[in-house]
Amino acid sequence: MSVLVYTENWEGKFKKLSFELVSYACKVAEMTGTTTTAVTIGEVSDEELKQLGKYGADKVICVKNENLKTLDGQLYTNVIAQIAQTEGSKVIVIANNNSGKAIAPRLSVKMKAALGSGVSQLPLSLSPFTVFKRSFSGGAFAHVVLKTDTKIITLTQNSFDIVENSKDAKIEKIDLQVGAPKIAIKDVQKQTGKLLLTDAEIVVSGGRGMKSPDNWGPLVELAELLGAATACSRPVSDEGWRPHEEHTGQTGKIIAPNLYIAVGISGATQHIAGVSGSKYIVAINNDKSAPIFEVAQYGIVGDAQKVLPKLVEAVKEVKGK
Amino acid sequence: MKILVCISHVPDTTTKVKFVDGDTKLDTNGIQWVINPWDELSLTRALELKDDASTGVKSVTVAHVGNVSTEPTIRKALAIGADDAIRVNAEPADAYFVAAQLAEVVKKEQFDIIMCGIESSDYNNSAVGSMLAEFLDMASVSAVSNLKIENGQAVVTREIDGGKETISVPTPFVAIVQKGIAKEPRIAAMRGIMMARTKPIKLYEPVACEALTEYVKFEMPKPRAACKFVDAENPKELITLLQNETKLI
Repeated sequence: MSVLVYTENWEGKFKKLSFELVSYACKVAEMTGTTTTAVTIGEVSDEELKQLGKYGADKVICVKNENLKTLDGQLYTNVIAQIAQTEGSKVIVIANNNSGKAIAPRLSVKMKAALGSGVSQLPLSLSPFTVFKRSFSGGAFAHVVLKTDTKIITLTQNSFDIVENSKDAKIEKIDLQVGAPKIAIKDVQKQTGKLLLTDAEIVVSGGRGMKSPDNWGPLVELAELLGAATACSRPVSDEGWRPHEEHTGQTGKIIAPNLYIAVGISGATQHIAGVSGSKYIVAINNDKSAPIFEVAQYGIVGDAQKVLPKLVEAVKEVKGK
Repeated sequence: MKILVCISHVPDTTTKVKFVDGDTKLDTNGIQWVINPWDELSLTRALELKDDASTGVKSVTVAHVGNVSTEPTIRKALAIGADDAIRVNAEPADAYFVAAQLAEVVKKEQFDIIMCGIESSDYNNSAVGSMLAEFLDMASVSAVSNLKIENGQAVVTREIDGGKETISVPTPFVAIVQKGIAKEPRIAAMRGIMMARTKPIKLYEPVACEALTEYVKFEMPKPRAACKFVDAENPKELITLLQNETKLI
């Protein structure tokens, strides 16, 4: 009967997103009067698996199989469906990230279980089971009833605070029989050691108001001082001033950091669609009537080139650097 | 090789949405409808592949689930360059319903590559592509930012946390595409618009399928507190405010 939560691991390690998922699942388990089982796929140490217990997992299942080394939507779906079956899970929680998007909809069809995706709050009610989700690219939120007995929820990253709820999780390591993957990985390119935009608590982002790719120095410096990731608006990535991985907005990355600092970004609807989940927005723009100031809580009307160096100095001062 | 591009009909992305009937339905008054941005990029990439004779792509079909009022969106796809279209004549009840309808289309028509946008800009479920693949028991790759055909074999690039993977996939398969798949959406030329008028739209009647979800209410985002302005000459004040009020710095 347990609530099942799937969290991926990144080379054997969990991260904040994993703990958000487990915290969320644990709350849903409390609401429905049941326990929480977490599942991950790959090689993970007992010590790391125990971490999930800290956030409320009663049981942690780690599945290992040669055929599951890389994400194959079909095979991963089979694994989670099998575990959901043995656990008798009626609610399954998955991240609303790229891997979650490859798995959750398949699982919905396989189990004929209603999917609520991009959910950002605890269920609004249990009967009927109603979830709260982003819709119209942030222009609205929807209340969606999941009509089937088994329900799947994909949770938006950074939308649920982690809660410690220390339990001595029971660890189970299993091997499941799955077929051979149909897809074959030919090459992997990975940046290591760089803070991921989707994981960052603070993001410093530049737009066309930065005027030239040569002007990014102080923005990057500010980000480094704040322990922030860097991002940009669509025109900037289209121009090739910054890599397209940094593009935030409706068709780029959708992020929800605690603090989003928009520099020289006017705030087109499509850009706001990608950042409206941020807790606080700071805008620096030379046009006082720019729409970004309608969503920002803090603003400076001024030229980015002049303001940024002063901000860098101010942060250095408070950080004692 | 035959490519199918699944397209969704969505409000123009600059629309400020409003709701009617006690906030239970989208107010369609005055809305401009467009092809979902990711589907438009998929279509563009499919046509680029067809333009390159070495890929062996012979045709690009678009499929859509919607009632007759959505035909202008389908005609737009034909004007951009799709060879033909299929419309399943039904209100798209939810992602599960839509994927079930598209699965019937694929079973009857047979395609080598099926492309779906990773998400639609209206309900943001990111679900139809992967659901379709599961209905068909077919391989799928999600978050695809590049699709090539090399020696008759599909090679895709998918985005992973902090990087990319290049993957070869046997056909048939479903590619669930995101930004990067094509640089700019292709725009219909006058000749294309004229030709689109005579291109066929094949009509399918829906198969029985019950929606698993129901949208019962919409609400607008909570208004944010008014912006506090800080003098451009004294940005330090901003840092002090952020320290005291947000505790994040």
